Order: sequence, then structure tokens, then C-alpha cells
Amino acid sequence: MTDMAAEPNQLAAMPADQGIHMTDKAKRRLKARYAAERRFRLIGMAAILFSLAALAVLLFTILGNGFTAFRQTHVQLEIQFEPDQIAPVGTTDTAKLMQGNYGALITKSLQQRFPEASSRSNRRALEALMSAGAEVQLARMVADDPSLLGQTRKVWLPAHSNVDVFVKGQVDTTAAEADRRIKDNQLGWINALKATGDLELRFNTRFFTGADSREPELVGVWGGVVGSFYTLLVTLAVAFPLGIMAAIYLEEFAPKNRWTEIIEVNINNLAAVPSIVYGLLGLAVFIGFFGMPRSAPFVGGLVLALMSLPVIIIAARAALRAVPPSIRQAALGLGASPLQAVLHHVLPLAMPGILTGTIIAMAHALGETAPLLMIGMVAFIVDVPATPVDAATVLPVQIFMWADSAERGFVEKTSAAIIVLLVFLLLMNLAAILLRKKFERRW
Amino acid sequence: MQNGYSTSNAPVKMSARKVDVFYGDKQALKGIDLDVPARSVTALIGPSGCGKSTFLRSLNRMNDTVRGCRVQGEIKLDTLDVYDNSVDVVQLRARVGMVFQKPNPFPKSIYENVAYGPRIHGLAESREELDAIVEKSLKQAGLWKEVGDRLAEGGTGLSGGQQQRLCIARALAVSPEVILMDEPCSALDPIATAHIEELIDELREEYTIVIVTHSMQQAARVSQRTAFFHLGILVETGDTKTIFTNPSDERTQGYITGRFG
Repeated sequence: MTDMAAEPNQLAAMPADQGIHMTDKAKRRLKARYAAERRFRLIGMAAILFSLAALAVLLFTILGNGFTAFRQTHVQLEIQFEPDQIAPVGTTDTAKLMQGNYGALITKSLQQRFPEASSRSNRRALEALMSAGAEVQLARMVADDPSLLGQTRKVWLPAHSNVDVFVKGQVDTTAAEADRRIKDNQLGWINALKATGDLELRFNTRFFTGADSREPELVGVWGGVVGSFYTLLVTLAVAFPLGIMAAIYLEEFAPKNRWTEIIEVNINNLAAVPSIVYGLLGLAVFIGFFGMPRSAPFVGGLVLALMSLPVIIIAARAALRAVPPSIRQAALGLGASPLQAVLHHVLPLAMPGILTGTIIAMAHALGETAPLLMIGMVAFIVDVPATPVDAATVLPVQIFMWADSAERGFVEKTSAAIIVLLVFLLLMNLAAILLRKKFERRW
Repeated sequence: MQNGYSTSNAPVKMSARKVDVFYGDKQALKGIDLDVPARSVTALIGPSGCGKSTFLRSLNRMNDTVRGCRVQGEIKLDTLDVYDNSVDVVQLRARVGMVFQKPNPFPKSIYENVAYGPRIHGLAESREELDAIVEKSLKQAGLWKEVGDRLAEGGTGLSGGQQQRLCIARALAVSPEVILMDEPCSALDPIATAHIEELIDELREEYTIVIVTHSMQQAARVSQRTAFFHLGILVETGDTKTIFTNPSDERTQGYITGRFG
């Protein structure tokens, strides 16, 4: 009653034209509300700016470090394909042609170019300019075209990684000679070759077509790309149908009881299990128990399928749940069986969501390293795998291995491989967006 | 006239005897006895939550899809016991079609919407036959003139009233004997409603129709028989004219004059 008694007095104290929402107190409250709103927006914008800056720094570093790897130092040499060093003219046997002494051809060509370097140490320094891969490249040339025997050709051959990082300025070129890998006499030859246009940075095709190597100038990502492709293919082939079937059963047919609840909780938990645990599981079950081959994309794909399965099931269930029940009722009301209602109507409508979830799970699997280390996909493999059961590595593991290498030349290769991986991830996300757009329907 | 037995001479298409429906422990319907005469419109009216939709949905066993729902008693379609174990639900729903409260066309073309039922039941041998069924159904639903030249367009792009007539055409395409309608006009404007009501009046020459409605006027306009449900029991049933002019139960009187509900 006291409140009611006090109220008329308060009202009387206010000017006649002011209501309760026009007092100074109310205005202060309003001001505080707007201030809080502005603060919140500022904080939000700051958070976005911070993450954008972090992303920019990351991309800038990787692109800056990695872009140079797409061009590799090559030297143009005039090679005489002497039958003495290789095989008699007319030989077509590839194995024989490959066995030729191509190193001698390169040394001879270099010496003809720089006759003054005749001492033993100088000759060795001269040979050290070229990559070990140069010989292999010549051998392949002759094997592909035996008519080269006896002829002379100008050929672009890869330079040694030491030369490459020196030319690219990635090492201190002004250091004292003893601290440099490129000595003064080599520097002179490099400059001489440069002056005549016989040494230049050329597009590094090898990086996109080759596999791993001990020499940084010879490495390529193709082995890793193919390994990743086979691995993901197996992952998709196993996880996608299994995931969809599990989701459809759980969402549309399974009774809701204690058991299905336990299964649901466990699926959600599995999605959060650290990936390396799946690697251990794969090692114990697939390799240990079933005796599958080590380092094989097939086994890696199975392990990643186990890892992706819960994610796909969860995404697919959410997508199925989002389809309005009226669609199911319409189909059932027409006399469709429950399976027909799901397959003809519910599943197509849920497809965009399921595909998006699947592609995101696949992108996750593409970047996965830890579980694959456990099943031996970390091996040094110089061949591009031909089948999913050949020993192989995958892109992220390749990056991991190169990052571990001591040589300076691997730094840019590591970043370049990351760029390739990021491009694939971007492509997959783009595919997810396009698929969603394509299948999206309104109801 | 307290019970739901038909007294007219029209043959009975569907009949319910002592039907109880439970949702879990809750009893939604108690001892319903009702006859649905053939080739006429039977309206089920009553306040919200009285069980009229539940009863409607137990006629073609759509309640089966609701978890925890149990139906006791006997529902017959002609001589077939609907809830007998030997009954194939798919076949039953082909004979007893349904139109829902909210228009729910499939997000496919108009043609595909209508053709879906005949297709899953294998009613058409050839594309021509299917085309003929689609055309006939759309004509019956009074939609052919409006959409006959754009069958490939999406069914969800139509107006609400057209969508509901599309849903009716879709149900007709299966050639059902009975059509159940669950408040088919509640989401429509008065003009679209008038369209549907005319359509229902035409359809009763060929089909047996059971319609649930919240609108007294609609029940009075379209139905020949009316059943009044209240709190899970069937209070009164009879000729629509009698129910609306001279109801025998006080509760019916109260409901139709707007005193409760």
C-alpha cells in the first residue's frame, strides 16, 4: 500500500508532458543499452579482423616460401650422346640404354664449356653443379628415343639444390667462402652460364609429376597426390554408403529406446576420438589381425573411413531430420512403403546436407596425418603408386616428411606442397558449395 | 440416434465399432461407433483435441506411423478388417487416400506429383496411360485448366489453393475408394476454400469422403452426415441437416451455436 501511496507523488514531481519512458533515468538506461550494443559489435569486428589477419599471415608466409619451388634452376648443356659411353648405335633394349654412363657425358660437356677447370678438385666442383637427376633424365631421353645415339643435342638439365637455393638467394650469398656450399670457382661458372643464358629458372614440371626423392631439386608431389586420391577413394567408397545407411536406419526406422540412445551417444563420442587412436585401431585390426599390407592407401582409406563415419552419420541424420514430416506423410498417405517414402522423397531432399557433411569429412580426411603414420604411410617412396594396395604416402604425410628434412632446398618444397594441399581443400569446399546449390530445393 | 449406426439406406463403406485409440497411456478415443455411408461426405466436427483427426487417421492406419499409438476395436472397409494382421498397409492406403491439413506437394514437378502414386502401385502400363491418369486426375481436381500447359513446373510454385487441389489430384490418381481429408481448407483463403468445397461436392458422386473440419459452415455446406466428437467420445451423429437444426444432445447444441469449443 505504501508503494501505491508513493506513486502519485512521483508522478506529480514529473513535468506534465513527460511519461515514465522520458525521464532522465530512462534516457541514461537507453544510452547504456546503445553503448553495450556498439561495444558488442566492435568486439565482434575485432575478432573477425584478428582471424583474417592470422589467415593473411599464414597464406602470405606459405605463398612467399612456397612459390619459388614452382621454378627450378636448370642448366643448358650441349650433350654428345656417345655410343661408347652408352650402347652401340641401333640398340633398342631399354634396360641396356638406361645403364649407360651418362654422368661421363655431363662431365665432358661441362669440361668442354669450362676447359680451364681441369684439375681433379675443379672437376669435382664442376660435377657438383648438376643434380643426380640429370643423368636419369638423359637416360630416359635415350630410352624413349634410341635414335639420339651418336648425336649432339642441347638439353636443359636440373642443377643441384645447392646451386638452386644460391641462385634463388635463399642462402647467405655474401658469407665467407668456407661457410658457403657454393665456392668461389663454382660461383664464377654459375655467373658465366647465366651470362650466356644457359642457366635459368624454368618451370618445375618435375614437382607436379614426380614422387619423393632424397634430392630436394628432384622431389614431386604427384606421388602424394595419387596416394591421397586412392586413400580418399577408399574412404568415400566405404564411409559414404555405410554412413547414409546407418543414418537412415537410425533416423527413420530404428525404435527409440535405451539401445538406440546408447548407440547415438557412442556415435557422437566417436566423432570426438583423437584421430591417432583410429591409426592404432587400424594397425591392430587391419594390419595385425587381417594381415593387410603396410603403407597401402587401401588400409589408410579404411582407417580414415572409420574416422569419417561418425561425422557423416551425424551430418546425414541432421539432414534427414530437417526434411519436413509432411513429405513423409504425403508419401505414406499415397500408399508408399516406408522405404519408398525415404528413398523417393526424404533422401533426395536430404542429399544436399548429406553431401556437404560428407565433403567436409573428406576434406578433413585429406588433411589427416597422424593415423596414417601409425599404419606406415610415412615410408620413403620414390614411385607413384599404381594401385591402392601399392606402398604410398599421402600429401600431408609428404609435407610432414619434407618439413623434417635438413636440407635448405626442402623448405620451399614443403611450403609448395602445402599450397597444393590447400588448393585441393579449396576445390573440395567449392564442390561442396556447388553441390549444395545444385540440389537445394525449397518446400 | 445416439449411436453412430447408419439409419439411411445408403450402403456402408467404412464402419467403426468400439474403437479405442491410445497415445502411450493416454486414451484419445473411447468406444467410437460410426458408419461412413458410401458416395457421400461425412464431416467430423468438434473442438480442438476432441479426437476427430485421430479417428480420421485410424481409418487408413496413418496412426501406425505415430510412436506409441495403439488402436483397439474394429474398423472395416467394406468387409475387410483394417487392423487385421493380414492387411497390407500399402494396399489399404491405396484404397483409402488422404489429403492433409497443410498442402504438402512433393518438391517435384506437377506431373511427377500426380504420377507418383500410379507409378509406385503400377497402375499404368505405358507412358500414355500415365499421361492419361495425370490428366484425368488434374481435371477431376479442377486444376487442369490452370496448370495443363505447365506440368513440368514445380508443384511448390503454385498458390496455396492450387497446391491443395494438386494434393487432391495426387490422391485421386491412385483411384482410391475413400478419401480422408484432414481440415483441407484451414490454410487457405475463402476463395480457395470455396473452390475446394465445390470440388468435394463433385467428388462425392464417385468417392466416399470423410472430412475433418473446424468450420461449422463448411460442415453444413459440404456434408450429408455429421459426427460430433467431444473429449474423445462420439457425442452424436446423424444427417447434417438434423444435427445443425435439431441436435438431440445438449453438447452438440452448445458447440454448433458457439457456446463452447
